Amino acid sequence: MLNREYIRVLHVDLGEQKWKVAEREDLYRYLGGVGVGIRLLDENVFYNLDPLDPAQPIIFCVGPLSSVYPVMTKSVCLFRSPLTGELGESYAGGRLAMAMVYAGYDAIVLTGESDVPVYLDIGPDQVEFRNAEPLWGVGSGETGRYLRELAPGRGFRSIVRIGPAGENLVHFANLNVDTFRHFGRLGSGAVFGSKNLKAMVVYGNLDHPIPNARLRDYRRTYQEVHKKVTETELMEKYHNLGTPVNIMRLNEMNALPTRNLQQATFEKAREISGEAFADERLTRKLSCVGCPIGCIHMASHRKLFGPKSHDYETSILAYDHELIFALGSFLGTADKDQFLTLLEEVEDMGFDVMSVGVLLGWLTEAFANGLVGEKELGTRVEFGFTEGYLKVMRGIAHPENELYRLLGKGTEAAAEQLGGLDYAMTLGRTEMTGYHTGYGAALGQAVGARHSHLDNAGYSFDQSRDYDDIPGFVSAIFEEELNRCVTNCLVMCLFARAVYEFPIIVRALKSVGIEKSEEELRELGREVYRNKIRVKQKMGFDFKKLRFPKRFFETECLHGRLNEETMQRMLELYIQEVEQVMAEDKGARSFAAGPGEQHLRGKTSSPGPLH
Amino acid sequence: MARLLRVGDLGKCIGCYNCMFACAREVMGSYSPLTAAIRIRTGGGYHSKMAADVCRACREPACAAACEEGALRPRKAGGVRFVSGQCTRCGKCGEACPIKYLEFNPVTGQPIVCRHCGVCANYCPHGVLTMEEVNNAQPGIHQGAAR
Repeated sequence: MLNREYIRVLHVDLGEQKWKVAEREDLYRYLGGVGVGIRLLDENVFYNLDPLDPAQPIIFCVGPLSSVYPVMTKSVCLFRSPLTGELGESYAGGRLAMAMVYAGYDAIVLTGESDVPVYLDIGPDQVEFRNAEPLWGVGSGETGRYLRELAPGRGFRSIVRIGPAGENLVHFANLNVDTFRHFGRLGSGAVFGSKNLKAMVVYGNLDHPIPNARLRDYRRTYQEVHKKVTETELMEKYHNLGTPVNIMRLNEMNALPTRNLQQATFEKAREISGEAFADERLTRKLSCVGCPIGCIHMASHRKLFGPKSHDYETSILAYDHELIFALGSFLGTADKDQFLTLLEEVEDMGFDVMSVGVLLGWLTEAFANGLVGEKELGTRVEFGFTEGYLKVMRGIAHPENELYRLLGKGTEAAAEQLGGLDYAMTLGRTEMTGYHTGYGAALGQAVGARHSHLDNAGYSFDQSRDYDDIPGFVSAIFEEELNRCVTNCLVMCLFARAVYEFPIIVRALKSVGIEKSEEELRELGREVYRNKIRVKQKMGFDFKKLRFPKRFFETECLHGRLNEETMQRMLELYIQEVEQVMAEDKGARSFAAGPGEQHLRGKTSSPGPLH
Repeated sequence: MARLLRVGDLGKCIGCYNCMFACAREVMGSYSPLTAAIRIRTGGGYHSKMAADVCRACREPACAAACEEGALRPRKAGGVRFVSGQCTRCGKCGEACPIKYLEFNPVTGQPIVCRHCGVCANYCPHGVLTMEEVNNAQPGIHQGAAR
């Protein structure tokens, strides 16, 4: 939206092979990102159709500062999640934000289904539908290689693609973005698969001149932010060891989910720690475009394939805390090579790494308990047995029997049918993340609009607060969720959240010609949150039906043993906070009141004075 | 003493494009890295080293020799100075550049010329880009100056 006061939306219909651009002044006030995206989702989604019905939309959005301020590197993807049936919202770095900005789109909406496999070449006022028949079945890495050779725009493009998991509609398939970043969670890859869409290449070559009147202010504000990013300690954690620094910290505080959360410490944590990876395997770091930090840590995976004559191959894989938790401690994987072997398969198949890791953790226990047989699985599975896990992952990506088709629907769906729900580690039907820090982690992920630990950082409050003041604790999580609705309209990398305090955001926006006060931003956050909740409710989500697996209360965490009553009380308090913010709404203008909304409004105890 | 932009070990480059954004913002007056006089690319996917296309600061610039309007004027230390008012957008300079470095602004149609001002180097987080002090009277890189 640089230099214009509307949101420019590219609509692509894969069935008709047609496209058009809409200039939406009405969406301008949402700035971009999730604020714009949630409105486009509401307009385009079919609430009465399955998430994988080809008519459903998948939407990509960038923000008003994307690419033109440091660390404004992310883009957001919105869809109806096949994993949860409700809001699909996922973030990725890489180059997509840049490519969209210089292709001239604030949002891209894809709908419909192609008759044959296709990929899209999207440039400034140009969309090409390309035959992807030969690429169907190709892994995400090799697909990237082909498209780098076939598609235009080298250096200023982004290549978003699926692997076999997406093609075969695995409910937790991801979208790979530029090889090392992903729209990981909630099954965006399956939505591509349902449309016969293998990949989307976006490239941009537009010039957006800086208006003379803004040159000075923009340069000055940019330099100030850049200085904070590079010359202070605010982001050092992400640059140095990267997020895997968490492995040892969490292990020491009894908060590292291990062996399907049977434990919260892993005796081999040091072997797969950020320190050990940095010392022994780190080969280089990379950045998303527009960020000088370089948090993408890449490990070399050296493999002997010809033992008799010392024949080796080496691959390079990006690693992070969540990956090490999901495929490492959670599966009892005791060394780096085994971990990297699993990771390589996950990348190529195109799974969400956390979902597949947590699913395999549940499966391991279900197998031990006799809920799943070796015959139908085709292998035994046990913690630390990498070969078995590899075989199961290939089976999920290429399902050949009912069991594997069921596993492809995610942990909760599998446990609902086969049993073992008490140790199926999901929150809001989404596989847990790498923190067993306490109530905040579990509550935060359960109530988070997209069931991500990054919705509201509940895990972080576990580490910075105690539980003496439970209402205050719950309020803090809720406030954070509202604040992040603002940062997610900008689609900044959350690693920079300490840099971009609200006054800085106000000035940065002003420097590109957008006037928003701090108060207006906060109100925007609340409105965007309301819009998200309404979409969720229309999709059938109900806070009151949230389930906390028993295992959370059995395995001691940072704060010792948790109890279910306290968790329920926190949930109730959170629902009250939600109801208050929902009740603040003056009109819910273009949103039809769905059944879920009426229910929630009916429950509001003290709405307070409306204004 | 003049200064010339030099590219060091691209193995250290993290692909942040900070240099391109800096040149666009501080020199070219654009939000777009496509207007930058330095271009970073992957060598073919993120698995390979990055590549940087920069003006090599020729002492006898082929681009200037090809310009019939006098819009590109050789600098003593190497490289060229661009006089935009004299440019007719003929594109001959781009064809003449032996390494095909010169590109053209998509809006103005004029060549994007590096001034060797050092703004990009200031924003390089790993010191891959540096400025070399050169004596105007001394030979430039063609004659084998120290790197």
